[in-house]
Amino acid sequence: MGKKMSDTAVNNMGTQAQKLAAENNPLITADGIPLKQKLAKTTRKMKMRALLLTMPLVLFIIVSFVIPIGQMLHRGFYNPAVSNVMPNFSIAIKDWDETTGEMPSDEILKVFVEDLALARKNREVGKTVGNMATRINYELPGSRSLFTKTARRADKITEGPYLDELIAIDKKWDNHNLWRTVKRASNDYTISFFLAALDLKYDENGEISRADPLYQIYVPILMKTLMLSALITFLCFLIAYPVSYLLSTLPLRTSNLLMILVLLPFWTSLLVRTSAWIAMLQTEGIINDIMVYLGIIGDDGRIQMIYNQTGTVISMVHILLPFMILPLYSVMKTIPPSYMRAAKSMGATNSYAFRKVYFPQTIPGIAAGTLLVFILAIGYYITPALVGGSDGIFISNLIADHIRKTLNWSLGSALAAILLVVVLIFYWMYNRLVGVDKLKFG
Amino acid sequence: MQGAEKNNMAVNKSATDTSYVRFENVQKSYDGEVLVVKDLNLDIQKGEFVTMLGPSGSGKSTCLMMLAGFEPATHGEIFLDDRPINTVPPHKRGIGMVFQNYALFPHMTVAENLAFPLEVRGMSRSDQEDRVKKILDLVELPQMAGRRPAQLSGGQQQRVAVARALVFEPDLVLMDEPLGALDKQLREQMQYEIKHIHENLGVTVVYVTHDQTEALTMSDRVAVFEDGVIQQLSSPESLYESPQNSFVAQFIGENNKLNGVVEKVSKGICQVRTDDGTLLHAEKVNVEGVGDKTTLSLRPERIELDPPKGTKNVVKGRVEELIYLGDHIRVRMNVAGNSEFIVKVRNRADKRPLKEGQDAKIGWLAEDCKALDYVGQL
Repeated sequence: MGKKMSDTAVNNMGTQAQKLAAENNPLITADGIPLKQKLAKTTRKMKMRALLLTMPLVLFIIVSFVIPIGQMLHRGFYNPAVSNVMPNFSIAIKDWDETTGEMPSDEILKVFVEDLALARKNREVGKTVGNMATRINYELPGSRSLFTKTARRADKITEGPYLDELIAIDKKWDNHNLWRTVKRASNDYTISFFLAALDLKYDENGEISRADPLYQIYVPILMKTLMLSALITFLCFLIAYPVSYLLSTLPLRTSNLLMILVLLPFWTSLLVRTSAWIAMLQTEGIINDIMVYLGIIGDDGRIQMIYNQTGTVISMVHILLPFMILPLYSVMKTIPPSYMRAAKSMGATNSYAFRKVYFPQTIPGIAAGTLLVFILAIGYYITPALVGGSDGIFISNLIADHIRKTLNWSLGSALAAILLVVVLIFYWMYNRLVGVDKLKFG
Repeated sequence: MQGAEKNNMAVNKSATDTSYVRFENVQKSYDGEVLVVKDLNLDIQKGEFVTMLGPSGSGKSTCLMMLAGFEPATHGEIFLDDRPINTVPPHKRGIGMVFQNYALFPHMTVAENLAFPLEVRGMSRSDQEDRVKKILDLVELPQMAGRRPAQLSGGQQQRVAVARALVFEPDLVLMDEPLGALDKQLREQMQYEIKHIHENLGVTVVYVTHDQTEALTMSDRVAVFEDGVIQQLSSPESLYESPQNSFVAQFIGENNKLNGVVEKVSKGICQVRTDDGTLLHAEKVNVEGVGDKTTLSLRPERIELDPPKGTKNVVKGRVEELIYLGDHIRVRMNVAGNSEFIVKVRNRADKRPLKEGQDAKIGWLAEDCKALDYVGQL
């Protein structure tokens, strides 16, 4: 033993001496070229090869992943709807100091009226007054018609004072907060959408404050998404742990067969699986029928198990279960039964041996499984949309709504960006708690 | 199998009240069709080092697992210190065990691994530390307490595994091929160390291996397993010197075989006519009597080249092949119709060198040649 130790010590000293020598006068190959240069030359070809082999994937990721996500994040901050329609005004309004409490000057309002009239006259696709009005309406609900109405009459206004002329069209123009909102919206870059996504807004004094309770929807839904995802992850863990344990201890032939049953849902269309749950869970569905038949519940007391949170949780646990079982199984498979036997031979009871010896060794698998399921669940869309009703929807359903229905892409992007940040925060916390290097997927 | 039965009977007879571990008519089957262990009877004295030796699938590991409590016996009873333990769960048996791949817990340090059995027993923290320190000194790894098993070399892991099986001071320690994963040199070193630990602590050790050198080096007694039956249970010396049947003779050490028929028996020596007509003398061990077919067993180092006059067995053989091994020369000869007949010739300067194809006169004593059960064509 002692001999072996001293041997390695000698070796270490040897390599250290070599390093020292290398620093003082670099090693040279037989033909006089420094060794490092020669080595770099011989490995260059291999490096080029590696680069070429990964190039298609790198390009694919840049085109399909990095650029879209960058665009999405950008769109959350960037909305040029006002400056597109009224390019001159959006520059002119910058000169107005809204903090003084005075209304914008006549010159600025002149540009406003001219731009409005011009925009109405030569409307282009995507650059109509309506677009601009919608943008401002996001921040000041109810103001849309004011702009479209004024735009129709803008060419009638020929001379000042412009503010009075505008007020003559609609009394609402006599409002300091309106003009402040217009100024804010005419800036291409804005945090308004992020504020909206976090249920915040600018109040009448231009300060950031919480939205009215009635309009607070995104934060509660985000919280609900996190809570339900945590619940789904926990249920998946509870179900998957014993199953994985069984799979890992069975002989290979049996475990392969059972593994196919576990993976079967993977190979079935997501829509089919979700629809199957609708058939199972609905009030006239199989489970309710059976319970009525068995007399557990009365025919009039059928339980609502779908189109609410229960439905979302049940079907998502089913859909995400393989993502928990696979990492757990692959980790458990590597734990030989001799560990438990060793613990028992040393006097540990079954439960003690499990807690102190088996369970700690499965933590990398649990970590991988829970992280995978949790992150997949947070961003899940189809299943909550189909079986969630109005109560069991997730934040991604709102994002989809904004992208596809209300066409408020900026708000959708802001929500998506917040979701991304939340996921990253969880990943970071996870790294601190478990250590990402300990994750084991197989 | 005759020899084996005789042997089991001998074991039964020697069963005394002082035995520490006792297998009584133990049988084991996994599938209900094949008996892996057939009617095992075995007594192990306190403080003894007993090795279960046998090829893989001979049932030796199964016996160890039954003793440890990880496999139930299908039939029969196992006694530990005169207590039947068939229904005692493994964690209550108080038996230390060293596993084939050590089974050191990878998420614990060496010290935590060693403290595990003490922790289970509710020992105080300071006592635990004392014990761990003492046992680490015993296996000469005092500086490794804070390391993880993965940071240790194979030999060091092996020592920790042995230390962990000993740290709670069990009276009985089981070892299941513990040296299988080590290289040859380390294995030999560990053999001596385990032997010395056994001598110093006086624990009873039951050791399982398929390596006969390991078994001969370390054990007080060796049980040779084959086909679920103990073929012979005796000291390493008598295992080698007087094998009770052909399997043991073949399994332990190198062995020359010659087939023949017993023609005459007198005073424990039989005259055997080999298949090619040579008449040989051999000690009667495992044959019934005149007219029986027998296989003669003969160790290569007991054969002498140019034997002195009066040697009981003298035959002529043709040298087929010479292998130079430094301290001796292995000579493969064709003797009495067996062309795989090996003779070890000591490397001496005064002997004239043999040549391939040459005829040589060889001889051996009747006592060195055992007449055993017939194994069929060679």
